[in-house]
Amino acid sequence: MNAQAFREIAYNGVWKQNTGLVQLLGLCPILAVSSTLVNAVSLGIATTLVMAVANLAVAALRNFIPYEIRIPVFVLIIAALVTVVDLAFNAYLHDLYLVLGIFIPLIVTNCIVLARVEAFAAKNNPISSTFDGIMMGVGLLLVLAILGGMRELVGSGTLFSGIDMIMPSLSGISVFGDDYPGFLIAILPPGAFFALGCLIALSNWINARTAARTTPRRAAPVTVATGATEPSASAAAGASAATPG
Amino acid sequence: MSTAGRYTATRTSLRTAGIMVVFTLAFTALMSSAYTLTRPAIEASRADAKMRLINELLPPENFDNALLADHVDIGPTPALGLNQGGRIFRARLKGEPAALIVEAIAPDGYAGRIALAVAIGADGRISGVRVTEHRETPGLGDYIDPRKDRNKTSPWIAQFNGVGFADVAPERWKVKRDGGQFDYHAGATISARATTEAIGRAAQFALEHRDALFSAKSGTQLEDLSK
Repeated sequence: MNAQAFREIAYNGVWKQNTGLVQLLGLCPILAVSSTLVNAVSLGIATTLVMAVANLAVAALRNFIPYEIRIPVFVLIIAALVTVVDLAFNAYLHDLYLVLGIFIPLIVTNCIVLARVEAFAAKNNPISSTFDGIMMGVGLLLVLAILGGMRELVGSGTLFSGIDMIMPSLSGISVFGDDYPGFLIAILPPGAFFALGCLIALSNWINARTAARTTPRRAAPVTVATGATEPSASAAAGASAATPG
Repeated sequence: MSTAGRYTATRTSLRTAGIMVVFTLAFTALMSSAYTLTRPAIEASRADAKMRLINELLPPENFDNALLADHVDIGPTPALGLNQGGRIFRARLKGEPAALIVEAIAPDGYAGRIALAVAIGADGRISGVRVTEHRETPGLGDYIDPRKDRNKTSPWIAQFNGVGFADVAPERWKVKRDGGQFDYHAGATISARATTEAIGRAAQFALEHRDALFSAKSGTQLEDLSK
């Protein structure tokens, strides 16, 4: 494994194949738990942990898992790891465990975990698989953090509320003061859809801008050389530039 | 593919089942060792969370017994909304009855059940109330939980502190809108109404059964209070 391959994995996980923005897998916990920043990040960390360890376990055992029964075995591995994480949260982060409630066990059915195990860990070595799990998790974590932060800020006018559940010495910040009336819909599930929609639109816009910025540079010589704008030629150039692979 | 070609269906299924069993054993071992390792910490955190709740309900100087170990269990009790029964903890100071900590459920919240813990002193006065479980609308009905109440200095639920069931006429154990004497927030009456009336019923229950509840041996199951 060279640095280039790792960079590719990181770029895929955090941006190009981002779980929350591009693959849109495992949206149920994303939408349900992202009502505050602390909850969102906590579930993101738990999911990242499960993804990294599940990818590691599957990649290490991949030569012992017959292809025909790989799915039940994958589910068994993921379920066992989630049980361990669930017990660990219950034991050491009890308040957070009570808040996240059913969403920790639900990581078992988060399709992104099985998707990465099936698509990546079953075919790659343990080191790059673990790295892929971490990077996919980080991509999810970033989306969760932004969503949670947006919804909490707009909905309740606070940030980091509930941080005392993890670090008792800290407390949340009231950004807009105590008089902030709140914006209920941001905290309710529809707010999660709106916020996620805005984030996806933003990421598509960034992608389109990046593509547009590279297109004229490559398309320009074509235009100059022919002296006329040939729609088919520039469209072909644009298309080839816009699809980086 | 190759296995299916070489072996019969029976042999293939036995072989794959054998592999499944090996994986199941290995990962079950992982889960049970994690369970064994975390169990003491989980029990400690549960007791800790309960004790923190109790300290919010009852000032620590008001009792000196091992409160979590001093309890009676009650059968299904409609007066408290407990269809499955529940547990009542007893606080004592120098051996004298100090307070009862009663679970109660308001079945008629805006979004279903609201679970409460009510501490009622031996004199019948409420010492504190906390909502332990609810699904009321965030930002609207959830002010019944003081952690969500915007008014941090005197949260809504604090108005019950120091009130005894006997101090208030039974028909006044309601929110003001229903002709009672307790405040509510406009726009979210249902949450406050359900909570207020459940607290009233809990205070009445504790007052009526005080002696039976305090004198029963710890750990006993009291069935005859469910009238």
